[in-house]
Amino acid sequence: MLQSKAYVKKTRHGRVLKVVREHYLRDDIACGTITCTACDNSKACLSASPAPIIVFDTNVVLRQIDLLENSAISNVVVLSVVLEEVKNKDLSVYNRLRTICSNPARNFFVFSNENHRDTYIKGLAGESPNDRNDRAIRVASKWYHEHLGPASKVVLVTNDAENKRKALEEGIDAQTVEDFVRKLGQAELLDLLVGAGTEDAQTTADADDNRPSKRKVIYPEHKLMSEITSGLHKGIYHQGKLRVNRYNGFEATVSTESLGQEILIHGRIDMNRGFDGDVVAVELLPQEQWQENSLEKIVEDVDEDESEEPVGLVPGSAEQLPELIETGPAARPRGRVIGIIKRNWRQYCGSLEPVENTSSAGGKVNALFVSADRRLPKIRIQTRQLENLSNKRIIVSVDSWERTMRYPSGHYVSTIGDIGDRATESEVILFENDINNKPFSQQVLDCLPPLPWSLPAEELQNPNRRDLRQVRVFSVDPPGCKDIDDALHCTLRPDGNYEVGVHIADVTNFVLPDTALDHEACQRGTSVYLVERRIDMLPKPLTEDICSLRADVERLSFSVIWEMTPEAEIISAQFTKSIIKSCAAMSYAEAQARMDDSRLSDPLTVDLRNMNRLAKIMRQRRIDRGALTLASPEVKFEIDSETHDPLDVGMYQIREANQMIEEFMLAANVSVAEKIVEHFSQFSMLRRHPVPSPKMLEPLLLTAAAVGVDLDISTSKALADSLDRAVGGDPYFNKLIRILATRCMTQALYFSSGDCTPPEFHHYGLASPIYTHFTSPIRRYADVIVHRLLAAALGLSKVPGALREKTMLTSVADNLNLRHRNAQMASRASVELHTLIFFKNRPTDTEARIVRIKSNGLIVFVPKFGIEGPVYLTGKKDKKDESDWIVNEQSQTTESRDGKYRFKVLDKLVVHIEVVEPQPNRPKLQLTLVDQANECMSIK
Amino acid sequence: MDFISPEGLRLDGRRPFELRQLHAEIGVLDNADGSATFEMGNTKVIAVVYGPREVQNRSQQQLDHALVRCEYSMATFSTGDRRRRGKGDRRGTELSLVIRQTMEAAILTNLLPRSQIDIFVQVLQADGGTRACCINAAALALADAGIPMRDLVASCSAGYLNSTPLLDLNYLEDSGGGPDLTVALFSKLDKVTLLQMDAKVPLDVFEKVMNLASEGAKAVTQFLREILMENTKKLAFAKEPLKV
Ligand SMILES: [Zn+2]
Repeated sequence: MLQSKAYVKKTRHGRVLKVVREHYLRDDIACGTITCTACDNSKACLSASPAPIIVFDTNVVLRQIDLLENSAISNVVVLSVVLEEVKNKDLSVYNRLRTICSNPARNFFVFSNENHRDTYIKGLAGESPNDRNDRAIRVASKWYHEHLGPASKVVLVTNDAENKRKALEEGIDAQTVEDFVRKLGQAELLDLLVGAGTEDAQTTADADDNRPSKRKVIYPEHKLMSEITSGLHKGIYHQGKLRVNRYNGFEATVSTESLGQEILIHGRIDMNRGFDGDVVAVELLPQEQWQENSLEKIVEDVDEDESEEPVGLVPGSAEQLPELIETGPAARPRGRVIGIIKRNWRQYCGSLEPVENTSSAGGKVNALFVSADRRLPKIRIQTRQLENLSNKRIIVSVDSWERTMRYPSGHYVSTIGDIGDRATESEVILFENDINNKPFSQQVLDCLPPLPWSLPAEELQNPNRRDLRQVRVFSVDPPGCKDIDDALHCTLRPDGNYEVGVHIADVTNFVLPDTALDHEACQRGTSVYLVERRIDMLPKPLTEDICSLRADVERLSFSVIWEMTPEAEIISAQFTKSIIKSCAAMSYAEAQARMDDSRLSDPLTVDLRNMNRLAKIMRQRRIDRGALTLASPEVKFEIDSETHDPLDVGMYQIREANQMIEEFMLAANVSVAEKIVEHFSQFSMLRRHPVPSPKMLEPLLLTAAAVGVDLDISTSKALADSLDRAVGGDPYFNKLIRILATRCMTQALYFSSGDCTPPEFHHYGLASPIYTHFTSPIRRYADVIVHRLLAAALGLSKVPGALREKTMLTSVADNLNLRHRNAQMASRASVELHTLIFFKNRPTDTEARIVRIKSNGLIVFVPKFGIEGPVYLTGKKDKKDESDWIVNEQSQTTESRDGKYRFKVLDKLVVHIEVVEPQPNRPKLQLTLVDQANECMSIK
Repeated sequence: MDFISPEGLRLDGRRPFELRQLHAEIGVLDNADGSATFEMGNTKVIAVVYGPREVQNRSQQQLDHALVRCEYSMATFSTGDRRRRGKGDRRGTELSLVIRQTMEAAILTNLLPRSQIDIFVQVLQADGGTRACCINAAALALADAGIPMRDLVASCSAGYLNSTPLLDLNYLEDSGGGPDLTVALFSKLDKVTLLQMDAKVPLDVFEKVMNLASEGAKAVTQFLREILMENTKKLAFAKEPLKV
């Protein structure tokens, strides 16, 4: 049956078009009920009785998606008309709904009512689209009831009074969400409801008073969308994403294309209910209000005590630096938010602010939710389980933010666990960084080869697989490494040259394109390493057994084999799939010990020494080309194997053996990058590192100038050389400068070669014109793609079709960049968490270095523990001119008024580290200055 | 963009392997020797055939076979926005050539030496798949004109979006950025007479899309045959009173 849909559409150029589309109606759409005999029930998941079949209307889905996500809700028919409306109104809710629908355990069935000949309806004359859709929902509900017979029960859940009335008239069992949830008989579910009536809630002391009589307007009104649009058009308003300062929730910036400059927004009133990530419209303030913050303070003086720079890990790159406010001569434009174009609300994790009055047992109370993320305001929620939740980490959603409310209102979603519990806090870290640590689904596990796996005989016959089992292959990894994805060999050829091989686990032999396993790995993007656990990208049998190149077992690999002169010049590079049998899986320390032990001269040790010699030459050549040797203090915990609590903490030791392995991995990556781009210039997955802009290097130059070091940043080569020359009075000085340089760099990025021109492929840090990731396919998805591309380049397999789709690789690369960043953030957060646990019962005095001097304190870096944080010299409330300290920002020095102390950037000093808990449930590290006499200086 | 819902329905409610609704009429213009309209969904094309007739330009006359000429055009009103589409634009020239070559291969030109056959094809309404639709319309018009042909030629397009082969793309799907393959077949002879695609696709994908398009073309042939049959019956019926 054919229906034609005609509608009028406005084109991008403002012309009005009549669009006619065909709309086919079908009679082969199944109802999805298991017992139905009339329909094809191959995909059926609904049961007609005794449980009722539930139909939700669009508004219920939009508002109550958290409820729908709860596993208590099942046997649901999702109508395509509802899906379509949800998709148009809120894509993120749509995606969440789709996820539920695709989960077979949830029994949500999508019924394409708009394409079914009996449930499609035409809009009547004078009927609004909304009314038409409501009617379509009712017609579909009724159809289900009639289709399944009189014994069936169909419940339409709607909060639209008119819709409900009409439904009841038509003989459909319609209920409001509240009634519906109440009938389920689970009190906890009621907390999930959005906007449940507030009238019976008891107001606690800490929460807002929301009685209408006392309501006063706090925030300015948002402008109407039409006003915003015309304002944007005229250039009065500017549109951009609101970025709240990670370290100070009262300060935000909006980067706008129309102004070409960041607009500073100061204070919650000017932010006008914007959340981090929201797309907002901003109006500039008059120029005289762009006042300069002459010297940035560590702490902004704000009306609440929330904002304070935390003690944390040393930033590893520019992305992890606190977003500092520029203090250049030109003041930055300031503005205020006048409207929110697109909300970026998601679920947030945190805890409830303690409430004194908890007498209201069982009743509904208001409570304030506080997140560990400083960018968020507090969120007001209502709960019936206050006592249960008071010491828990919970997840909440935001529903709305009225002008009269200081804080947005939201609702409880779920509980993670007890505050302070290490497992709970790790869970929080994963949640905050959007890391999927759910067990792999059965569909994914079904893609694995049967266990126990052993080398199949046909692989030995495979003409494309070289048998390298006789070659002396070995691996060197961190101690305890179970997912070994690289192994090497180095043999002397009769002609005096070396044959050097890098063998990488042949993951793509097991992870086939377009399988559930492949999709899952692509989504995860990378394995995530927390201090005490690892969240794998691939299921464990693959990572730790089948793909892991362990010693003394036959494994499939993908090899890069070079012929090299004794001067480490590459004569030729070969790529081949292979079979290897590693003879030794060493740790870095073991390999180093072998090389250093002059008594040993067994073949393996000789191989190691040869490799090391070659690696040193390659490394030197790379440095001569201008590769930066940067430094980041990587912290290593010793973890109690039983309690998983940290026992000791220290810096990760870098040995020659580490550098040796690194060198060959870099070389393999470069060789592979060249090979794949040669074959697939338009869709190769590469990795680039953009040249840092002079502005990014400014803080480094300022510090360097203050200590009399002259850095040349014109090229990476010049910078590398001047870093080499920067030697101060003590051996650590150079490393410190390098650490400061590292954090000014942005991170390298994955990209599709079709999106950039070849000069942009450049990797600044490695000084390589081209680079990719090939060597860790067990834990990085980028490498999986590169493996497939390389196999295709060698003619061993086809290019997976999806890669050829223009935007496909770009979106994969974007996702991988995001996942890598999240994984890094999570790792850092995990280290920070363990640092905190470590210092809880171990207050320590230790040496620190000043990395920056600010108006009210110092930022110090503690090399031993890899942490960085503020040491306050003045109290928070002190006025600047009353301070005991005189600060000179240009020369980065500070002096006490009495002349007793004088500090300069990069100076050494002793700090006291301890854990304090100024607010309950928010323990943090505090650094205080210990003067020479080992006496705590009074600071607060 | 999702061109297929997880439920397996396309934007217009079809499943991936379904053609749009086909509709054809034969003998729509009395003036011409043969004429037909052909519709695939909202794409509607009229084809008009004059000939075989004397060659207008003597210098072009071929002694051993017929001269086939084809002119393709798009009506100004064929798309929503009112843009003038000249005959001389590149796409038009290319399409004229494609239709002419396809039809030339079908017509037994050696039976009609020193004559000329003119095929005029005009798109009345465009909604994707115009190429295939033009060929189908031209085939019907030629049959209507009684021009001897090797086999009935029929054409259909297929594409590949969201990793799924799709038959008979409409405009929305056509502009989805995937490959668009048009094939024309002699189904009795089981020969491909036209195959066009201007995108790079891996071989296995190409095979799938090609097979789908061929299946589609066979279905179209079936439809064309039925239409012609019906038309012939009608003609026979119309002639009957004369006999009496
Ligand atoms: Zn049924």
